[in-house]
Amino acid sequence: MIDVEKEAARIAEQGESAPRLARDPVNLPMINNWLEAIGDQHPGYTEVAPPAMVQVWTMAGLHGQRTLDDPLGAMMKILDEAGFTSVVATNSDQTYHRYLKVGEHVSVTTSLEDVTGPKKTALGEGWFVTTRSTWYVGDEPVAEMRFRVLKFRPAEKPAPRPEVPKAQAIRPAINRDTEYFWEGCRNEELRIQRCGGCGLLRHPPGPMCPECGATKPKYLVSDGRGVVYSYVVHHHPQVPGKQTPFVIALVELDEGVRMLGELEGEPSIGLPVEVVFTKVDEELTMPSWRPRADR
Amino acid sequence: MNAAIAGIGATDFSKDSGRSELQLAAEAARAALDDAGLEPSDVDGLVSFTMDTNAEIAVARELGIPELTFFSRVHYGGGAACATVQQAAMAVETGMAKVVVCYRAFNERSGHRFGQVQTAAAANIDNSWSYPMGLGTPAAMVAMFARRYMHEYGATSEDFGRIAVVDRKHAATNPHAWFHNRPITLDDHQASRWISEPLRLLDCCQETDGGVALVVTSAERARDLPNKPAHVKAATQGSGADQFTMTSYYRDDLTRLPEMGVVARGLWERSGIGPSDVDVAVLYDHFTPFVLVQLEELGFCGRGEAKDFVASGALELDGSLPLNPHGGQLGEAYLHGMNGIAEAVRQVRGTAVNQVANVEHVLVTAGTGVPTSGLVLGQSP
Ligand SMILES: [Zn+2]
Repeated sequence: MIDVEKEAARIAEQGESAPRLARDPVNLPMINNWLEAIGDQHPGYTEVAPPAMVQVWTMAGLHGQRTLDDPLGAMMKILDEAGFTSVVATNSDQTYHRYLKVGEHVSVTTSLEDVTGPKKTALGEGWFVTTRSTWYVGDEPVAEMRFRVLKFRPAEKPAPRPEVPKAQAIRPAINRDTEYFWEGCRNEELRIQRCGGCGLLRHPPGPMCPECGATKPKYLVSDGRGVVYSYVVHHHPQVPGKQTPFVIALVELDEGVRMLGELEGEPSIGLPVEVVFTKVDEELTMPSWRPRADR
Repeated sequence: MNAAIAGIGATDFSKDSGRSELQLAAEAARAALDDAGLEPSDVDGLVSFTMDTNAEIAVARELGIPELTFFSRVHYGGGAACATVQQAAMAVETGMAKVVVCYRAFNERSGHRFGQVQTAAAANIDNSWSYPMGLGTPAAMVAMFARRYMHEYGATSEDFGRIAVVDRKHAATNPHAWFHNRPITLDDHQASRWISEPLRLLDCCQETDGGVALVVTSAERARDLPNKPAHVKAATQGSGADQFTMTSYYRDDLTRLPEMGVVARGLWERSGIGPSDVDVAVLYDHFTPFVLVQLEELGFCGRGEAKDFVASGALELDGSLPLNPHGGQLGEAYLHGMNGIAEAVRQVRGTAVNQVANVEHVLVTAGTGVPTSGLVLGQSP
């Protein structure tokens, strides 16, 4: 057994990694590429770089490798070995002390700030790893970043859920207007009807677009992410195929439509959730929600 | 409208009637005709709910009604209640019928209980987005609205509870009410078990076996009958944009009942009266949160203000808007709104057990969360 906390303390004690110099000085071509990619049309970046680019200057590049003393790399490796192999999303907070001028050459150092866990999350048990990076021009700190990542042990695949007793579960009525949705669920795709005429997204779906009158519905595959718009905790009476109490949430998907589904976990309005699919049998797979790990 | 309710009739309200639904319908209809001073042979029209199991021809056979020239049914559960009177009044006004009986009868407690999960209803394609996900009871469907309403306006479970308390207070002095002599406190409400959070047991109406019938005829004919006519000043139906039955969750705003807004506009426009002219409000109360939303849709208070309006005591018998003097469906009986229309008639006649003084106009609403309907009954046409 790997002692994650002990290993984390060892890496943290090493403090800041050696400064790693950016491949190129701050330069206009890279600034322009970045502005284009991000879609930022601010005209002011001719002599200074957008602050949010700071991490770009010290990226390792396509074939780059982490330096041996990089604490994040070292910690990830330890967690991989301990079985916490997965990452879904990360979050970073950056602080900028000043604009970087074209021609300045930055370097970066990173230290391990904190490793907490193991924590039970909707995705499985995991550790939150926090690092702090500092960018310098010479000896002057110009920007900082706290970076947080959840490294988790993926739950058995798919996430273990009590088998819904097939004979009991209420099955949806399905007709030619709605079949695409259930076919999507069988393929673990959350499909939203999109009008083939005007592009209107619509759920629940129907055969004729109320906006343009077209009768050629298509669909898009949703990212399956959204937030809880409302919910109930159902206690009485018993519902076939469900164990009371259970939560049903009305979720507003990022694409803008709302959809009902069972929610596993503590509900609240605004809770970020994502779709999970549960196979009932060969014909039916039900979508439901679980809290997002990166919330 | 040139129509009035000239007769009302009901069976006893129980939890186990011991009779068939057809017998309940026939008993209620006969009682209403007796009250109106009319014979079955005077009847040429029948109206009911699509949910009613009693065919018009079966009711006509039991009563000995010889011929029918008008029969009609209204859809969407309790939303049909006031619309049965609208159908009858239109038939009378247009000469399609002279005397129309509206009826609703069921063994809703001892037989088919609406509060249970209706697995068969999942065969409806609209329900395929809710029932299989576990949302399969009216209480749970309303609870989904209620949670969002609480979130938007800061209403609490106590605010819902105050509706139950006032209904039960009124029922306590009504000998025909199931909850006669059994008032509750807000603490009782708060101590009642969760049904579907945020709804508690005491936010939900009762389940009842029974029948109610109403006799509608022209204003002129009603004048010559034994009881004071309750004139139909306005009768409207309402369905809103992107309407579903109980699950209109896909509209921008989940804190409103726009279908009741449609009814409200129609009622005020056609009756020529406004919210401040209403002397008694019989509001459909299958679940308490929707009474608050109705007060807002009908214009008795602003959006989100119903909780303060209710807490002010306005709904008491001596308040500015006495609510459900018979005890409503939380207190008297759940007859899909039809017992509320009968109470409105008694308030106009001046014969109610909890009679409000100087009643000129009574407002009645039908089932909420579904396409619905409403009535303004009055002393004069
Ligand atoms: Zn379209």
